[in-house]
Amino acid sequence: MQLTESTPAPRSLRIHVLRHNPQDPQSHPHMQTFNIEEADGMTLFIALNEIRETQDPALQFDFVCRAGICGSCGMLINGRPGLACRTLTKDLDADIYLAPLPLFELIGDLSVDTGKWMRGMSERLETWIHTQQDEPDLDALEARMEPELAQNIYELERCIECGCCIAACGTARMREEFVGAVGLNKIARFRLDPRDARSDAAFYELIGNENGVFGCMSLLGCEDICPKDLPLSTQLAFIRRKMAFIH
Amino acid sequence: MQTIHTDVLVIGGGLAGMRLAIGVKRRGHDCIVLSLVPPKRSHSAAAQGGMQASLANSIKGEGDNEDIHFADTVRGSDWGADQQVVRMFTNTAPKAVRELAAWGVPWNRVQQGDREVVINGQRVTISEKEAAHGLITARDFGGTKKWRTSYVSDGTGHSMLYTMNDQAIARNIVVHERTEALALIHDGARCYGAIVRNLVSGELLAYVASATCIATGGFGRIYRATTNAVINEGMGAAIALETGVATLGNMEAVQFHPTTLFPAGILMTEGCRGDGGLLLDANEHRFMPDYEPEKKELASRDVVSRRMEQHMAQGHGVRSRFGDHLWLDIRLLGRQHIKSNLREVQEICSYFLGIDPATDLIPVRPAQHYSMGGVRTDYRGQCPTLKGLFAAGEASCWDMHGFNRLGGNSVAETVVAGMLVSEFIADYCDSAESEMALSSTLIKQCWRREHDRLQQLMSPDGNENPFDLTREMQDIMTDKVGIFRHGDQLSEAVEQLQSLLQRSRKIRVKNQISGANPELVAAYRVQKKLKLALCVACGALQRTESRGAHFRQDFPQRNDNDWLQRTLASWPDENTASPQLAYEPLDVMSMELPPGWRGYGARDHIEHPAVQQRLSAIEKISQQSPTGDRFALQQALMPYEHLLPARFRGRNARLGEAEPCS
Ligand SMILES: Cc1cc2nc3c(=O)[nH]c(=O)nc-3n(C[C@H](O)[C@H](O)[C@H](O)COP(=O)(O)OP(=O)(O)OC[C@H]3O[C@@H](n4cnc5c(N)ncnc54)[C@H](O)[C@@H]3O)c2cc1C
Repeated sequence: MQLTESTPAPRSLRIHVLRHNPQDPQSHPHMQTFNIEEADGMTLFIALNEIRETQDPALQFDFVCRAGICGSCGMLINGRPGLACRTLTKDLDADIYLAPLPLFELIGDLSVDTGKWMRGMSERLETWIHTQQDEPDLDALEARMEPELAQNIYELERCIECGCCIAACGTARMREEFVGAVGLNKIARFRLDPRDARSDAAFYELIGNENGVFGCMSLLGCEDICPKDLPLSTQLAFIRRKMAFIH
Repeated sequence: MQTIHTDVLVIGGGLAGMRLAIGVKRRGHDCIVLSLVPPKRSHSAAAQGGMQASLANSIKGEGDNEDIHFADTVRGSDWGADQQVVRMFTNTAPKAVRELAAWGVPWNRVQQGDREVVINGQRVTISEKEAAHGLITARDFGGTKKWRTSYVSDGTGHSMLYTMNDQAIARNIVVHERTEALALIHDGARCYGAIVRNLVSGELLAYVASATCIATGGFGRIYRATTNAVINEGMGAAIALETGVATLGNMEAVQFHPTTLFPAGILMTEGCRGDGGLLLDANEHRFMPDYEPEKKELASRDVVSRRMEQHMAQGHGVRSRFGDHLWLDIRLLGRQHIKSNLREVQEICSYFLGIDPATDLIPVRPAQHYSMGGVRTDYRGQCPTLKGLFAAGEASCWDMHGFNRLGGNSVAETVVAGMLVSEFIADYCDSAESEMALSSTLIKQCWRREHDRLQQLMSPDGNENPFDLTREMQDIMTDKVGIFRHGDQLSEAVEQLQSLLQRSRKIRVKNQISGANPELVAAYRVQKKLKLALCVACGALQRTESRGAHFRQDFPQRNDNDWLQRTLASWPDENTASPQLAYEPLDVMSMELPPGWRGYGARDHIEHPAVQQRLSAIEKISQQSPTGDRFALQQALMPYEHLLPARFRGRNARLGEAEPCS
């Protein structure tokens, strides 16, 4: 705990933000630098809000939970995709470079439309449990599941759709339709789940192509940056083996 | 002006809104969901601990049923809840968990055989039954007699919200992301939809609907110290209030969570204490048993939060540059348990403070957490004073939480309310009642009014800064309308908030850009938030008693004689500086569980004059009721099943409980 120690004089931070407002025909992308004084325990969430409140009320960015849970605040932090809300300024140099996540539609400044991208991906990959039974019997005991299996499913379900893996992906840069680690991980999640009645052949229909599992070049930028430490490379390799087998 | 038509407009894409949308769509009605953010980012995703439902699978939940869940919830509410609604809720909660299980939530399951758990600071071995193996398990939570909280590690809300959203996508439910309802379209008697701002383009649109449902979550951000997301600003409750007709119930009932990471205010789930974590003071002394020998760390949240503040006020807090705090100790749970069941907690501690909860103590302090108050509805989720308007989830005052909600009862409420209210909305849409004779002039008027308000904020006349006003409001609320309240401070708070409200009418937005304009957003929201803050502060000032989370130092007793009443706030005149308060009495003679001692906290309440009479009536009914049939007895005491939609009236199967003969 650092709370009771005395602090040295605060650093002065230079936060360089890539600005652009596509809504405004006059706007063109440019870097803008904001100077602020570092405070104890300061995160990029705190820093950016301070800039908005005291220096530039037009600055756009997205935060929701500010606790690393919701995935809203993915951005490039010194060139690397990450969650801004849980990034402490003390772990960074005094010059901090912020840019929006690439490959997603830019809303403005640091805000990008991950929501639209993720919904599109979900629709294409049908990321929901497909059951034969139309409506579950809500009065009966629930179907049983092995405790360990439930936990393993949750391991893959921890993805928060922040978009960092897409921003770090070599294939996604070349193929707009590539479903990325986020998409393939979802397939792995539903494939593992016995409640989902889809066969491997059905999954193959969804991802057995270059926009799916065969598009991945195994550069594994995704696993390095995943804020939730999902085992993406293992899952990608596993799914690819399974799908290649079907082929 | 673009106008969009739909049958049901759902404002809010959290758990409540999404389940509602699925429900009305199932009944054949079109709907559109509005959300400030992509719906999977709604704050429901942050719920870590779990969802209450009396499944009774785990050995520590054995014998649990709707009756016990009902009594825990009513006691938790400090008798502020509507008991019929609590019954509707407790009967539906197991169905909600089971529906989610069928839809894909990977609930943690019972593992047969021995396992070690921490209870009351001790490691003990419990043995799960073979018959329960693979069914949904439960953890302990505050204020409950049984282990009743179903969970998914500590990402319960995340799993629930993702599953719900994926199911909505499967059903082609349309979500308009990054949109904000700014006002309801209404004529004083009937609601016809909302005026909505596109947060990307800045465009103002009219959404016209037969039924409109507010599912916008809580309003924690009127406080400085809160566990709530930055988007939890109560805008749904505010636009209902601004109709002048709809009322907000029990706005002074604000919950403070005992354990939020100090100083950031991020939640450390109740699962920490439920799983055996302890609270320690500066001397690393476990102090809760000194105050609450029975429930200790697991008394209800209002009680634990007050005990913590009290203990710090007596000088036992840990001093730090940011103020005092206490310690949460989960070291005794062991690294393995923390890693698999409290991982979110571990991540947050590591990212925000650089500590490891398996070896370090966690600095905590209570902060605002939940809004029991909200849009007042009847048991159908319908606003009694504005036809066509409904509300569900944290934004509503349905009212199953009264003055304090139990941990795990909120995500349960969102889904249950989504299930039930969607049926009532569908019934409404199917009935002749919902037919609209709507004039386009009314839509235009409402649209024009919002348009002019926004223009006004951009006009050069003003000089006030919306960010400053927001900060001042939050400080007033946390300092003067917090855990411990006092008449003098509340009067000051009301006065100061009123002056902020006046000042907020002179805001000047400097940025004249169209499209996303964060300054403009802050400006119109602070005007609305100030009204909510005034509802809370005025309600708290008027309520000269202590009940649940509302604690008055100058009136420390619960006073059922004068205050067994629900506060109803409305704002009929736009130009006044405070809400109008009215009170709705709760009827003791129809209660299944008349007011008494909660089983924890203070014992010295002032009794309602009808309690003895009701108790003897209950005694008589119990004697006449055929022995052993808990359903028949319940039905005789307080019938409620007829209030449920037919499809949700079934009895819940449980291991070892005799098959119900229906
Ligand atoms: C940190 C934390 C942990 C919690 N843990 C638990 C727990 O373990 N168990 C439990 O039972 N409860 C828990 N709760 C409480 C529970 O999570 C919430 O009460 C519940 O999820 C609220 O759900 P909701 O659907 O009502 O609202 P939310 O999930 O908050 O959703 C609100 C929606 O409304 C939208 N919206 C808001 N205003 C507007 C507007 N003007 N126009 C358009 N859209 C709008 C938002 O975009 C969002 O989609 C927790 C709460 C917090 C803060």
